[in-house]
Amino acid sequence: MHVYLPIAELSVNWFTLLVVGGGVGFLSGLFGVGGGFLMTPLLIFLGVPAPVAVGTGAAQILASSVSGVLAHWRRQNVDVQMGVALTVGGFAGSALGIWIFTLLRQAGQVDLVIRLCFVIFLGGVGGLMLFESVRSWFRQASVGVRKRKLHEHHWLHGLPLKLRFRRSKLYISALLPLTVGFAIGILTAIMGVGGGFILVPAMIYILGMPTQMVVGTSLFQTLFVAANVTILQSVTNQTVDVMLALMLIVGGVVGAQLGTRFGARLRGEQLRILLALLVLGVGLKLFFDLVTTPDDFYSLAPEGQG
Amino acid sequence: MKLLVLAIALLLIHAAPSRAQPLVADLSQHLVAITAGFTGADIVMFGATDGPGDVVVVVTGPPKPTIVRRKGRLAGIWVNRESMLFADAPTFYGVASSKPINEILSPQQLDRHQVGVDHIRLLPPNPEARRDDIPEFREALVRARQRDGLYASEPGKVTFLGERLFRARVVLPAKVTTGPYRVQVLLVREGQVVTVQTTPLLVSKIGFSADVFDFAHQESAFYGLIAILIAAAAGWTAAAAFRRI
Repeated sequence: MHVYLPIAELSVNWFTLLVVGGGVGFLSGLFGVGGGFLMTPLLIFLGVPAPVAVGTGAAQILASSVSGVLAHWRRQNVDVQMGVALTVGGFAGSALGIWIFTLLRQAGQVDLVIRLCFVIFLGGVGGLMLFESVRSWFRQASVGVRKRKLHEHHWLHGLPLKLRFRRSKLYISALLPLTVGFAIGILTAIMGVGGGFILVPAMIYILGMPTQMVVGTSLFQTLFVAANVTILQSVTNQTVDVMLALMLIVGGVVGAQLGTRFGARLRGEQLRILLALLVLGVGLKLFFDLVTTPDDFYSLAPEGQG
Repeated sequence: MKLLVLAIALLLIHAAPSRAQPLVADLSQHLVAITAGFTGADIVMFGATDGPGDVVVVVTGPPKPTIVRRKGRLAGIWVNRESMLFADAPTFYGVASSKPINEILSPQQLDRHQVGVDHIRLLPPNPEARRDDIPEFREALVRARQRDGLYASEPGKVTFLGERLFRARVVLPAKVTTGPYRVQVLLVREGQVVTVQTTPLLVSKIGFSADVFDFAHQESAFYGLIAILIAAAAGWTAAAAFRRI
């Protein structure tokens, strides 16, 4: 059974779309990442034009993050205060990011920069997370259950404008989440993803938030960023395909619910190792695409695009 | 279908003033409607000639300026380097003939009438941009379109039913561009094109798909808002549904 996508202008088997949406949604609920870094390459692989993949991906991420946030909300795993601080920083950052994106587009190398960004960030974040989570796994296994401090204290905790984040049991400067949100916002606009795969580790390692709280709060921030991107893409590029989005959403929301449930049964370290492996895997795949000799050295584009 | 085509073709022969028109042809449909379930279309061309001869059918999609980029290796990474703009590259090209085209027309004639993928007129818009690597870029364009089924890899067959009636099939893939198409039927005798008949064919989005497309382009802010509401509502519904399970 095929369905014609009016904006992408091609017809795709709807079952494939449900499976893709469901799979990405499952991972999204499990790890608290929007899944854009998986969805966008998958859609392009299915033949969807890249701008439509990015624009429609945002709408799909929005749906799965709403579903995920609600599921985490009931478990009281959303730190609204922290989420708002991240979102405010994120909006400012994406404004700067869109400006950088325009400059790159004029230089004609935006595609390469996006790919390089993916490789560097996916590889770096994935590698660091894997290293850290495997280390803490072994430490716990050998020493057994040990009373630990909530988080390490370092120079970042000396910054002014301190605020108490009760849900996360943190007393840190408001500048920290604002800066993290800002940096993620820049990347979001350039790479066209929600940024969860960078945000989640940043919240764990830079802000020192408890892992249970990170996933729900990250989804909370992703929700607003995705809504913002959906509107911007619709207005500037007309690249949001509602037919495609609906198919992905139906699979995605169900997958996200299952993922959230499944995630509740896993330990924090297990969750982090799995996310690290996934992020590293996608990063490596993109890296090999860049360095291996392509099947065809030539590619086509309509005039005035890319 | 076959019978219908035959009946119409017979009618056409008799309707045509005798000997005045060497070639009469028509399409099974003049509008290809892209609806929500569109997976491509089969167009049947049928017609009659006033005597022996070869028939070639050429279908050309709306031409669009197209950029071809070549990748090169830079510090171990494959990046886009040179590029070339082709002014009027047809977005679709299909061809069918009663005999292999090389046997019925000379290369000059094939070029002149743009018969066969190797003879489509593909050139950069301004003469000063015409470098000597045009053939490589041209070939790459044709290759990429053939991969998508948009340019004919193998010419189709024009079948004669008896001596004067013929029919041909052209397949439009699901990925076709919308717009006006041009269907040309050429009658060839002794290496010369005797007559050419041109029939228009319109490929257009119809119904829901068309409405969505127009809405997205005309009321884009409103469209974006609706997209957000649909997405949020779907997420909410799923969360509510799963709460009860």
